[in-house]
Amino acid sequence: MTSNGKPKFAMYWAASCGGCEIAVLNIHEKILDVDANFEVVFWPVAMDAKYKDVEAMEDGSILLTLFNGAIRNDENEHIAKLLRQKSKILVAFGSCANEGCVPALANLSPVKDLMDTVYTTVSTENPENLRPQPTTTVPEGELYIPTMYPIVRTLDQVVDVDYYMPGCPPESHQIAAVIDLVIQVLQGKAQLPPKGTVIGAGGSTVCDECKRKRDVKHIKEFKRIQHVMIDPELCILEQGVICSGSATRSGCGALCPAAGSPCIGCYGPAEGALDFGARLMTAVSSVIDSNKPEEIERILDGIPDPAGMFYRFNMAGSLLRASRPAWDKK
Amino acid sequence: MTDTFEPTIIGFTCNWCSYRAADMAGTARIKYAPNVRLIRLMCSGRLDPTFVLKAFASGADGVLVSGCHPGDCHYVEQNYKAMRRFYLIKRLLAQMGIEPGRIKLLWASAAEGAILANEINKFTEEVRALGPLHWNPTQGIEAPAHAQPLVEVTA
Repeated sequence: MTSNGKPKFAMYWAASCGGCEIAVLNIHEKILDVDANFEVVFWPVAMDAKYKDVEAMEDGSILLTLFNGAIRNDENEHIAKLLRQKSKILVAFGSCANEGCVPALANLSPVKDLMDTVYTTVSTENPENLRPQPTTTVPEGELYIPTMYPIVRTLDQVVDVDYYMPGCPPESHQIAAVIDLVIQVLQGKAQLPPKGTVIGAGGSTVCDECKRKRDVKHIKEFKRIQHVMIDPELCILEQGVICSGSATRSGCGALCPAAGSPCIGCYGPAEGALDFGARLMTAVSSVIDSNKPEEIERILDGIPDPAGMFYRFNMAGSLLRASRPAWDKK
Repeated sequence: MTDTFEPTIIGFTCNWCSYRAADMAGTARIKYAPNVRLIRLMCSGRLDPTFVLKAFASGADGVLVSGCHPGDCHYVEQNYKAMRRFYLIKRLLAQMGIEPGRIKLLWASAAEGAILANEINKFTEEVRALGPLHWNPTQGIEAPAHAQPLVEVTA
C-alpha cells in the first residue's frame, strides 16, 4: 500500500447500527480537514478495504482509530485486537463501544432465545426452520460466519482503550472539536489529554444543561411518554415521565428534553457514576411520593421494564453486565 | 472442611439502629451466622443501589439491608428512601436472574439485637438453600480453565 506521508486514520464498526459513521459525516466540510490531515487507511463503511491489508500494516502505524460498536462475536473481537495492535490511539467511539448500548440489551436473553425470536416468531416466514450455521461447505471450499458470544461486551472489556467518546451517536460538534484537537496536536499546538480521559463530552449531567424549570419532585404515578402531553417548561421527571438526565453525562446540550422528550441516557454514566442504572434508580426511587409499601409497589408498576429503562445504553458496561440466564449454562 | 455451602452475605446496617442492634447482640453474647459481613452506613438512606449490585457482581450470594424502623429514622425519613430503592432494586434483580430471596430488608432498632441475630440466621439459611450465585458473566466466553469470579471471595 502506498503512503502519502500523512498520519493514518481508521474507523471501524463492530456491533453497531452505523449511526456513528453518519455522525462523523455530519461534521460537514470539516471532513475535508480530516482528509487534508490524515490518510484514511481503513474505514469499511466509507471505502473498500480488506482485513488482510490491516493485518499487513506495521504495529502502531495507524495514528488514530475510532472504534464504534460493541463486541458481539469473534469477528468483532478479532478486529478489536487487530486495531489495538496497529493503532497508537484507540478511541472507544459511541455508546456501543463504551457501554454496549442497545445491542447489549441482548444480554438479558440467552443466544438461543435471540435466535428463536429472529428465525421462528410469527412475523418470520421460515417453514423449514433454517438457521445460520457457523460453517458451510460450498464447491469452492468452506465458508465461515462469525460466532456469537453469549454476551455483548464493551471495547475496553476486550482491549486496552486510550480515550472514551460517548454518545448515541456522539454529537457532530463534539466530533468536530475532537478532530480539531487532534489536528492541533499534530501541529504541535496542543497536547493530548491523559490516557483514559472521556473526550467530546462534559463533566456534569444532562440536568445541568437542561433549561427546564425544576421544583420539588413528588411522583404518585409514573407515566409513559405517549400518554402525556409534556408541559414545555417543567422538568420532565416532575411530570411523572422517567428522564435519565440526572444520571447521564452532559455533552449533548440536553437536546431531547428541549424537544419535549425525556433524556434516555445515551451519553452514558455521569462523571463518577460507577453504574448508570444504580445512579438513575437512586434518583427515581427518591422522588416516589409514598411511604407505604403497597403504594410504592403500585407506583413502581408504572415502570414495566426496569432493566430496559435503567440500562437502555449501559447493560454491558454495568456492574452486573448481563442477566444470569444469558451467561449461566447450568 | 464440610460440603455445606457457606453463603457470603453482605449486610448494610445504619449507624443508629441496626448496627447498634448488632452491637447489642454482641454484648448480650447472642450468636449469629458468621456468613454476614456487616458494613456500617450512616443511614440506610445512604444505600446506593451501586453497593448492592457491586456486592453481587463481586461474589456475594445475598445482600441484607437494614435500618431503623419506619418513623424512627435518625434523619427523619431517609429510611423510607431506602425502602423505595429496595423495592425497585428487587424488581431489577429479578430481571437479571437474581432470585428475590437473595436480598432482604430488615428493620431493627438498637434494642433489637436478638431479633437482628435471629433474622440474620434465617436469611443465611434461605440464601444457603438458594445455593451459590457466583456471578460471572464472561464464563461462557473464556475457556472454562480460565473462568473465575470477578473478585475472589473466601467464605
